[in-house]
Amino acid sequence: MKRAFPILSVLTAILLSYALYEALVGAPTEQTMGNVQRIFYYHVPSAWTAFLLFFVNFGASIFYLIKRRPAADIVALVSAEVGVVFLTVNLVTGPIWARPVWGIWWTWDWRLTSTLVLWLIYVSYLFLRRFSSSGQTPLLAAALAVLGALCAPFVYFSIWIFRTQHPQPVMGDGGSIDPRMLNVLLLNWLAFSCFAFLVCWSRYRLETLQRDVDHSHALESLMDPRGGVR
Amino acid sequence: MSAPSGITRATLHKDLRLEWRSKDAINSMLFFSLLVVVVFSFSFDPSAEESRQIAGGLIWVAFLFAAVVALNQTWAREIRNQVLDAYRVSPAPANSLFLAKTLGNFIFVSVLEALMTPVFIAFYRLRSLGPVWQLVLVAVLGTWALVVNGTFFAAMSLRTRSREIMLPLLLFPISIPALLAMVQSTTAILGGEGARFWIVLLVTYDLVFTTVCLLLFETVLNAE
Repeated sequence: MKRAFPILSVLTAILLSYALYEALVGAPTEQTMGNVQRIFYYHVPSAWTAFLLFFVNFGASIFYLIKRRPAADIVALVSAEVGVVFLTVNLVTGPIWARPVWGIWWTWDWRLTSTLVLWLIYVSYLFLRRFSSSGQTPLLAAALAVLGALCAPFVYFSIWIFRTQHPQPVMGDGGSIDPRMLNVLLLNWLAFSCFAFLVCWSRYRLETLQRDVDHSHALESLMDPRGGVR
Repeated sequence: MSAPSGITRATLHKDLRLEWRSKDAINSMLFFSLLVVVVFSFSFDPSAEESRQIAGGLIWVAFLFAAVVALNQTWAREIRNQVLDAYRVSPAPANSLFLAKTLGNFIFVSVLEALMTPVFIAFYRLRSLGPVWQLVLVAVLGTWALVVNGTFFAAMSLRTRSREIMLPLLLFPISIPALLAMVQSTTAILGGEGARFWIVLLVTYDLVFTTVCLLLFETVLNAE
């Protein structure tokens, strides 16, 4: 297990560099938008990776509610943390692309709005984890994760109906996509997912260590009430 | 061990009587939403047509913020004298307590809405073009959506530091679909348009979240 981590890191680094090269040089230039469109290879994979991680969070939370395994709780925590980071990347790269192409930074289009609301829900999940005292955090967080995940379809559906009643800017992927572009997109998604997995793994080990340390501190103070070193 | 419905009724009765004697929640909610009405009227001075378009959003934002006041108080008095701990070690089902608290909050917020609506109508010169019974239906469904999630999250935020800040942080993001449905349907009905879709959405939201809150409440109450 310990050997696998550096190997996977090197592989992910190679994959990411190759995907970057393909996105910047390999992929054909888009006809109307030009090079600005290349941000698409970061924007879309980061959203997909975030959604994947939120699914993992949902699954791990349900598993925790049923089985009460601490490992499931740690998986839920790290997937939500890393998922929020990837969704933030998505929300930041979006306006950077929208400004030259649409001429505006932000519009309350359904995709943008619902992604923002999803981001808010998972940020509130992280807030709960930060604010609640250690013993009960896993259960409360798991309950919130289930409610948040159930809320997501409502968010998408309601905002879709709400916003499609209004004229909206033409989306970049309205037409068919060049197969070479699609390949680069999928390659980037693979690279991003590997990277996310790597970060989650390292965060998982860190969190496990942290909990072990906290646990042994608690035990220590129980055994020696004066708190000094014998 | 008495029947679950008996426990619900007893708890609800106790909460209503406490509120009737102190009037803490209702007074602070009333004053708070009155302030919102006044402050909003400084931001824009609308004509009758304009106010029909903004009223939906304005009314529900005022009620949402006011409801947080009541929701924060829900569990606070059970913490004093360890009432909640006593409840947890008793064989009484947790969901009876949850239902009683939710119904109690529902009554408080409904009373607030009934008292504040005439004020809104007078201050913003509102006149509905659509049927009024639909507005009442939206109010009932929307209030339930806010209150059921709010009571659940209030129980959840009991276990956190600075719990009064925590409740809106948890409640608002999850309530966005319901809030959108309430605002859209109210605006549509006031403007004389159909709001069927939004009402169906609210009913679904209420059903899903009531079920899940009932399923998870025992876990949250007994979280240790």
